[in-house]
Amino acid sequence: MSGSMTAATGTEALTTEMPVGRSTGWWGMVMFVATEATLFACLLGSYFYLRFQYGPTWPPPGITEPTLLRPLVMTAVLLPSSLPVIWAEHGIRRGERWRLRAGLATTLVLGATFLALQASEYTEKLREFTMTTNAYGSLFYVITGFHGLHVLIGLTMISWLLAASLRGGSFGSHRHDRVRNVAIYWHFVDVVWAAILFTIYLSPRL
Amino acid sequence: MLGGVLALTGCAGGAPSALDPAGTGAGRVADLWWVLFWISMAVFAEVMVLLVWALVFRRRRDARVRHGQPLRFVAIAGAGIPLVILVTVYALGLRDLVALGDGPGPEATTIEVTGHRWWWEVRVPGVAGATANELHIPVGEKVRIRLRTADVLHSFWVPQLMPKTDLIAGEVRETWLQTDRAGTYRGQCAEYCGTQHAHMAFLVVAEPRREFDAWLSQLGSPAARPQTDAQRRGQEAFEQGSCAGCHTIRGTGADGRIGPDLSDVGSRWSIGAGAVSNDGGHLGGWIANSQTVKPGNFMPPQPVDAQRLPDLIAYLQSLT
Amino acid sequence: MSTTAAPAPGASRGDLARLERHWGETPSVRSWLTTVDHKRIGRRYLVTAGLFFALAGLSALAMRTQLARPEAGMLSPEEYNQLFTMHGTTMIFLFATPMLFGFGNVLVPLMIGSRDMAFPKLNALGYWVFLFSGLFMWASLPFGAAPNNGWFAYVPLSDEQHNPGLHMDVYSLGLLFLGVATTAGSINFIVTALKLRAPGMSLNRVPLFVWAIVATGFMVIFALPALNVDNAMLFLDRRFGTHFFDPEAGGNVLLWQHLFWIFGHPDVYIIVMPALGIVSAVLPAFTRRGVVGYPLVVLAIVSISIISFGVWVHHMFATGLPQLSYSFFSAASTIITIPSGIQIFAWLATMMLGRLVLRVPLLFVIGFIVTFVLGGLTGAMFALTAFDQQVTDSYFVVAHFHYVLIGGAVFPMLAGIYFWLPKITGRMYHEGLGRWAFWLVFVGMHVTFFPMHLYGLFGMPRRVYTYRSEAGWDGWNLVSTVGSYVLALGLLLVLVGVVHAIRRGRPAPPDPWGGDTLDWSTDSPPKPYNFPVLPRVRSLHPNWDGPSRESMATGAEPDRVLADGRRTLRTSELDGRRERAVEMPEPSFQPLVLALAMLTFFTALLLAWYPVAAGAAATVAVTLAVWLWPPRRPDTEVGVSA
Repeated sequence: MSGSMTAATGTEALTTEMPVGRSTGWWGMVMFVATEATLFACLLGSYFYLRFQYGPTWPPPGITEPTLLRPLVMTAVLLPSSLPVIWAEHGIRRGERWRLRAGLATTLVLGATFLALQASEYTEKLREFTMTTNAYGSLFYVITGFHGLHVLIGLTMISWLLAASLRGGSFGSHRHDRVRNVAIYWHFVDVVWAAILFTIYLSPRL
Repeated sequence: MLGGVLALTGCAGGAPSALDPAGTGAGRVADLWWVLFWISMAVFAEVMVLLVWALVFRRRRDARVRHGQPLRFVAIAGAGIPLVILVTVYALGLRDLVALGDGPGPEATTIEVTGHRWWWEVRVPGVAGATANELHIPVGEKVRIRLRTADVLHSFWVPQLMPKTDLIAGEVRETWLQTDRAGTYRGQCAEYCGTQHAHMAFLVVAEPRREFDAWLSQLGSPAARPQTDAQRRGQEAFEQGSCAGCHTIRGTGADGRIGPDLSDVGSRWSIGAGAVSNDGGHLGGWIANSQTVKPGNFMPPQPVDAQRLPDLIAYLQSLT
Repeated sequence: MSTTAAPAPGASRGDLARLERHWGETPSVRSWLTTVDHKRIGRRYLVTAGLFFALAGLSALAMRTQLARPEAGMLSPEEYNQLFTMHGTTMIFLFATPMLFGFGNVLVPLMIGSRDMAFPKLNALGYWVFLFSGLFMWASLPFGAAPNNGWFAYVPLSDEQHNPGLHMDVYSLGLLFLGVATTAGSINFIVTALKLRAPGMSLNRVPLFVWAIVATGFMVIFALPALNVDNAMLFLDRRFGTHFFDPEAGGNVLLWQHLFWIFGHPDVYIIVMPALGIVSAVLPAFTRRGVVGYPLVVLAIVSISIISFGVWVHHMFATGLPQLSYSFFSAASTIITIPSGIQIFAWLATMMLGRLVLRVPLLFVIGFIVTFVLGGLTGAMFALTAFDQQVTDSYFVVAHFHYVLIGGAVFPMLAGIYFWLPKITGRMYHEGLGRWAFWLVFVGMHVTFFPMHLYGLFGMPRRVYTYRSEAGWDGWNLVSTVGSYVLALGLLLVLVGVVHAIRRGRPAPPDPWGGDTLDWSTDSPPKPYNFPVLPRVRSLHPNWDGPSRESMATGAEPDRVLADGRRTLRTSELDGRRERAVEMPEPSFQPLVLALAMLTFFTALLLAWYPVAAGAAATVAVTLAVWLWPPRRPDTEVGVSA
């Protein structure tokens, strides 16, 4: 799993070597993201399968179409949250630790805001339907909840990076494999949100 | 092996063999099978000849290793020839797929079959009654079979008449049966459906139209009335005991809908969807404790008092 | 061509001592629990998968005994149903894939000239998770709570309403748990094969076995999520009242089948592909030449792994989907036989051009060809919807997939066991015992499964705990049962042969067969660091070509000795150019702790102790955080400017 980030970061006597080529950790993370992306593809595929097997009215009677305002705000919070990560990663590649710290902290705030917005959406939706109401409810909460869990995991990883970078001696221009891997994961979490926005919030209006 | 196979198709005994087809659908598939079988034997023989050749000639100590790369041989034998065979076979398969999909017209007789754990409910639209584990079809006609399930997935399979169609929860499926040969054909559930999947058989009775119509009218009429005192006492016991809570006997006070309709139970080919043969001993055993006969089925042991049991048996056997 | 002499040591005595110090492990309980050595882990995979094979095999014997006669009462229906489910689930998930992962673990680093897998700790984690998830599932059997719904667990029979109790919770959670191991292993194989190949091993010099393992890894990565999603939804439906599969509330029962087979069909190749890789690895040694048509075989491997994702509906030909979709999936299922045909004829051509050395591994390869071709032929029949509808879910399909899986996976595995036993244990096996084992297994297999084609055609459905005599299936069932005992005896002899070799076998030379790959260029068994000098590869058959072998002899550049630390070489993905030396991790308790935390998590979920599950999840997170925590170094070394 995220153990794929081990290895490839040596201990001593390698300082003279600049990284050449893709590291094993990079490949490990890319493969991990590939399998996770397939997981989401299966979930979203299930959504469309159940929808088209269900019949013309979707969401099923008794549940109103999802409103767009809040999810669009959530999108506006989450998608740009990749930018500080990119900025931070570029910074640490040049050995600028303050950029790493500032960038990660910004993303942390944006990600937490996203989760807070999602929580407020849930409190509202739960009054209307739950995941045991019908298959639509199950899909809605499981897909968005599973993504929310990924955001939470991503935020944990970012906090972990931030903690390591605050300690010092962890990252610099020669060592930033972990930063790069967490960044890949975070971008993935963002991109998946775009697919979820389309599936859950936009597609019922098509 | 080959000789074995050929010898075997003849000695399937009383088995409901797909290689002894009686129906239009199964007949097509059996023809397809023999084409596939001979092609397979030819391909297998080709591989064996090459293998044996290598084993005979390339095992000698003086066999010189040749380092060529006969890519053309591999491409032709491994891809070219198979492609030609597969395209041909695919076309044949497609033809049969279309033929199997060519169901009866709207005027055709329809029989509705509902799968239960672990028995088959049989009804005919427009006819009031129901029966279980036995359905009749008129010879020579394409009969529509409409399939539903009351619980889990099952699969409707009469090897001698027609390939399978699954019963899907929440959906309705259709297949059809057609045979020119009057007779009885064994069918069985082919999708694993739980504890007693093994005992979920049924019988298709193909008969001339006249007899089929008689079956239909019997299906719509009340059950036979008891003739003897024992039978009358049996009916009373049935109606007043727990039996009537689950089973229907048309024209009596018994109108339960949980278990099979028993209005013609005396004439059925088996008890418990093929679990045991239908005779007095088995019937009594079934009533007293069907769990010893078909463990796990949903009929609880019945507290029937020993004196009433012969009456019940007599009554049920009179329902033909 | 090849010699059986020990590889010339290209490393100095001092280098060897230092390598030993950095890599060597003294036998102790601690080292047993913490090891990250791919060979030890691989061996454990092999032994553990073998144990599950025995359990599943004994289940099969019990079932065959029950079916020997009509209306036998040896097993109750509940017992039979749990046994056949555990048989299938175990054979597919706990035996076939882990066994082949075991071969992959031992062999991939050896064949590509590396000192370990890319992620050795992750590798150790994979093994522990596999072990624990297997125990998790089998522990349910004594409680009568084992999965009982067949290995593909169709809803609605597997939902809470129709199947109360823990049975199917054990199934869904057990497979989700095992999925961690399979995914981790696959990623590890892919990255190892991409990045840790010896310098000079460009893609066109990668052994076919490694190609097969990598293709398998990719299939797992893209197929397993479908199964995981399916099982997660099943568990949620059962435990938390969601409605994914409930047609009463907008769900759909066929969703389960689609997702299951989107995983399930690639899984057939996930099992067979590495086994075919073993065949390609065994043949050169016993035909004295390389496999004919290397590029064609690679192409076949790659195309199978892609096409296998487009054929799943042929498992659903009787569910009444639209004919148009059937005609498409029928075509795709027909086409997928072609790459297998290419491989079969490539092997036949290899045998026809080489000189055959008829030792036990080659016997099993021949048994494989005979059996697998028959299984493939019936497989092509199943691609035709009309025929499939007649014989699917009958004993004909049982015969078919046992021909494919025993022929296509077990025979190659047995070939592999005899072939690599000298490499793994350092001991030779007894040829005579091996021959007896082969003939018993071969005859037993065909006597057991060939008749199943017949009584399948005669109308006997699969998964029945008994049958009536009137149906006319009794004679052939008895034949199958007799055959199954012969097969079991043969497999027992394999075990006897392995134990005999370990106890009494002659010491094995480094290269007893004259193999072509790098695994034969090092000691039997290999040192913990595999190669004193990492080779420089110059051909597809490095052990057969002088320059590649000499690259490990005296005069090797020191940058391929890497004796000052636990290090191996990282090379470029395509052409295997040297990139840099990478540090490999030390033995660690972390994998074991993490796997135990996951076991706690899944057990707690099963028993509905949700606070415990939450605690276990937190433990998993903390363990991972510690595991991946970056070591502290001076700012100058990490490169910080501000």
